Amino acid sequence: MDKMSIGQHISQQFNVELEDIRTRVLTMGGLVEQQLADALTAVMDENTEMAEQVINGDLKVNAMEVSIDEECSRILARRQPAASDLRLIVAVIKTITDLERCGDQAERVASIAMRLTGGREQHRNHYEDLVHLGNHVRQLLHDALDAFARMDPEAAVQVARDDINVDKEYDALTRQLITYMMEDPRTITRSLDVLWAARALERIGDHARNICEYVVYLVRGKDVRHISLEQMEEEARKR
Amino acid sequence: MTTSTQSAVRTHAIGAQLFEGEERQKLVLDDESICLDVRNLNLYYGGDQALKGISLKIPAQRVTAFIGPSGCGKSTLLRCFNRMNDLIDICRIEGEVILDNEDIYRRGVDVAELRRKVGMVFQKPNPFPKSIYENVAYGLRLQGVNNRRILDEAVEKALRGAALWDEVKDRLQDNAMGLSGGQQQRLVIARAIAIEPEVLLLDEPASALDPISTLKIEELINELKSQYTIVIVTHNMQQAARVSDYTAFMYMGDLIEYNDTDTIFTNPSKKQTEDYITGRYG
Repeated sequence: MDKMSIGQHISQQFNVELEDIRTRVLTMGGLVEQQLADALTAVMDENTEMAEQVINGDLKVNAMEVSIDEECSRILARRQPAASDLRLIVAVIKTITDLERCGDQAERVASIAMRLTGGREQHRNHYEDLVHLGNHVRQLLHDALDAFARMDPEAAVQVARDDINVDKEYDALTRQLITYMMEDPRTITRSLDVLWAARALERIGDHARNICEYVVYLVRGKDVRHISLEQMEEEARKR
Repeated sequence: MTTSTQSAVRTHAIGAQLFEGEERQKLVLDDESICLDVRNLNLYYGGDQALKGISLKIPAQRVTAFIGPSGCGKSTLLRCFNRMNDLIDICRIEGEVILDNEDIYRRGVDVAELRRKVGMVFQKPNPFPKSIYENVAYGLRLQGVNNRRILDEAVEKALRGAALWDEVKDRLQDNAMGLSGGQQQRLVIARAIAIEPEVLLLDEPASALDPISTLKIEELINELKSQYTIVIVTHNMQQAARVSDYTAFMYMGDLIEYNDTDTIFTNPSKKQTEDYITGRYG
């Protein structure tokens, strides 16, 4: 199945509805990416104004989820989609749940950013590591949405593979923070905040991986959740 | 509160439009301009009451579907709109059906003129045993149009309108009986729209057709609604869900629920409607 096949129903209206829902998911995805980028900027630049903006922006992400869900249930009720159309709707419903949670995590990073102001210089390394992790996750989310947009299961597997690197990076940062806290207990509060933020970012990576699993389901019709990456790769290749 | 209003409230709360081009607004019956206004309509076949105090407003240039189990009165109601029930001797009607500010059951109404304004298509395609061309031109000839050029134009326009032109343009003089069932049904629709009615009544227009022809008819209905008010009776609930803007659910001669199709099929307010559309009826 490729992108073209969305638009070949006898009912023009149905074509429009499916294309519209896909566009809406990508719009929502774009907003979540922006939220994440802004949250990271807020951390890096100690910009509390931007952090607040991210926190307020999450309302819009939530409203988008509700609106797309509503449109999906309307399509299910009125069109009784089958096969790839049905999988598209199911994949969309699941994808936006993950996107909404990515939004929540971005909001979490932003609210931590509001607490982390002051004392940047002493803790420079942690900020840099955190933002490095954040940018990695941003790229991951971007690639996941790209795989969704192009309905490319093989690209989706690449993203799932890269999520392992995000997890490794998160583990390394955790170990570093533990060492730091042991050395100087006065840093515990701050280190824990950095750790929470890193945890939120790592979760976004997991959600991006989930979205990739839905892409494989959408295109290949195979449910690749809870199986190994190798099996997922194999399913994504099968035509 | 319906789900749509919920999200409207949320959208309002964040003070922004969520998606570009989100103008596909929710249909609201009260905001529509009304084509047919049925007021307290009772219909009796002899001693049996087939329609019980039906009141509903059919919006102009929309598709309104009547659904309900066999014998619920949906076809009977549809036939009231162009006085087809006049042909049944034992049939007696009380109440009003207002079209263009006039009760179509008022004394002195020209029924032939009414039927010109309110066209009808039946379950089984019923082309005349004439050429494709003459089938479409028939209504116009009855009105006394004999100018060849006008007829040619009208036939082409109607056949294009019914999405049949490309399939028959090279054989307009062939007998219409040689067309497939789906083509015949579109021909009959072309015949109905050739005289440019205001309202098109469709009584199970696709029930004798295969799935692909059915989808073509449905797509046709969707295109025709920009020009005509369409009322469709269907046994096929999914069809009603696909094609209609408004849906009326009838049961035993009563109008149980009438609302926009999204609401009827996602969150009906009456239990009877819910039971019927979810297949729990009976």
